[in-house]
Amino acid sequence: MSNVLEGLFYSESHEYVRIEGEYGYIGITDYAQHALGNVVYVDMPEVDDEVSAGEEFGAVESVKAASDLISPVSGTVVGVNEALDDQPELVNQDAYANWIIKVELSDKAELDNLMDAAAYTKFISTEG
Amino acid sequence: MSPFAGFDMPIQYSSITDEHNAVRNACGMFDVSHMGEIVVNGKDAERFVQYIFTNDISNAEDGQVFYGMMCREDGGTVDDLLVYKMAYWDFILVVNAANIDKDWAWIQEQAKKFEVILDNRSDRYAQLAIQGPEAEDVISDVLTLPVCRMIPFYHARYVMIDPKVRMFMSRTGYTGEDGFEIYASPETIERYWDKLLASGRCKPCGLGCRDTLRFEVGLPLYGDELSEEISPIMAGLGMFVKFDKGDFVGREALLKQKTEGVTKKLVGIELADKAIPRHGYTVLKDGEPVGEVTTGYHAISIDKSVCMALVDSRFAKLGTPLDIQIRKKVFAGKVVKKRFYDKHYKKA
Repeated sequence: MSNVLEGLFYSESHEYVRIEGEYGYIGITDYAQHALGNVVYVDMPEVDDEVSAGEEFGAVESVKAASDLISPVSGTVVGVNEALDDQPELVNQDAYANWIIKVELSDKAELDNLMDAAAYTKFISTEG
Repeated sequence: MSPFAGFDMPIQYSSITDEHNAVRNACGMFDVSHMGEIVVNGKDAERFVQYIFTNDISNAEDGQVFYGMMCREDGGTVDDLLVYKMAYWDFILVVNAANIDKDWAWIQEQAKKFEVILDNRSDRYAQLAIQGPEAEDVISDVLTLPVCRMIPFYHARYVMIDPKVRMFMSRTGYTGEDGFEIYASPETIERYWDKLLASGRCKPCGLGCRDTLRFEVGLPLYGDELSEEISPIMAGLGMFVKFDKGDFVGREALLKQKTEGVTKKLVGIELADKAIPRHGYTVLKDGEPVGEVTTGYHAISIDKSVCMALVDSRFAKLGTPLDIQIRKKVFAGKVVKKRFYDKHYKKA
């Protein structure tokens, strides 16, 4: 059973955002890391890159396939999780602790388009 | 389950990485019943096989197995296959599942000038590949077929215990490890599968690790490294094309390619980074496209991102720096040997 954390915002493409003030930490959900299998590479943008809601900003690669990362929100990348360069498998160990990028949000109203934990739990139960 | 050549095939049973490592270190089994088996009998059987096959089977002993290709007149590859010489006048061709219909039509067409009896037994044979350093022990103990120990590398023999078909087994495989392939009726193969599974000594393996295993040791997959457009010479498989054996389909074109050179060659490329070059990605030299990735992985046994790619022959030399476009970024790499990981065959 996949873990879904309360208090995060979720997208239909299985990314989450954790909000801390003006910043959002974006990663993939526990459901997504299960579906992907062993993550062997995370392709991340660079600090100061712009990301847009609904658009691709990188990729997570497992042995099987590459899976695009779609940003749930718009903003400027202010941090990338460099630990994933050497240990991409951290995403499998704890997808929520191991965020991928930190973004300064340009429009917090975009969060209204995302799901809360209850809605996402329901969403993945119908998708599986 | 994923559709593959008309069969529902599992990509993985547990995880690709675990299954891959089981085959490298212990024992794994693959249900490869989708493979095609075409029997060639008759007075001209050997002469016919020599005519459609690139490798040389003359003077072969009974039970010897050969790898090679069937090519078109222009050198393009119809399929790569195993030829089993079971006895005088008795040959079995094991072909790729996706090509069974095409191959069967091709073989029948080529056979018109020969006195041969052809039989496509693909639907009657199921096939189980048992691969890994422990395969020999597992087959001896669990399937009580110690006869496997007497079969040398790339040899086969009939095992007369299946009432439905002429069951045979060979010391062959597609993983770079020691191992065997058993061809029998679906009932027998299912019984063997269940026994092996119950023993706990043989991990069920899917198509996913079948591909990662064969890739690491540089074995080609038809459709990726070989095709109607990619000849064995381009793919670096010239050692399986024997020009001095006499005439065969495609000889002239392939000889021309060998003596005059080819415009594209299959190479190995190793990346400095962990990004994964996948099938169809573009290979660049100084920003210009010079080729395409045929298969690529973050190779499990060597923990490196590597690929095979068909590139402009001018850039095929070992050590040549080549880049690969992966999504929006360009990653630096260099040409290396296609055999990324050494085979561990048990040869006498």
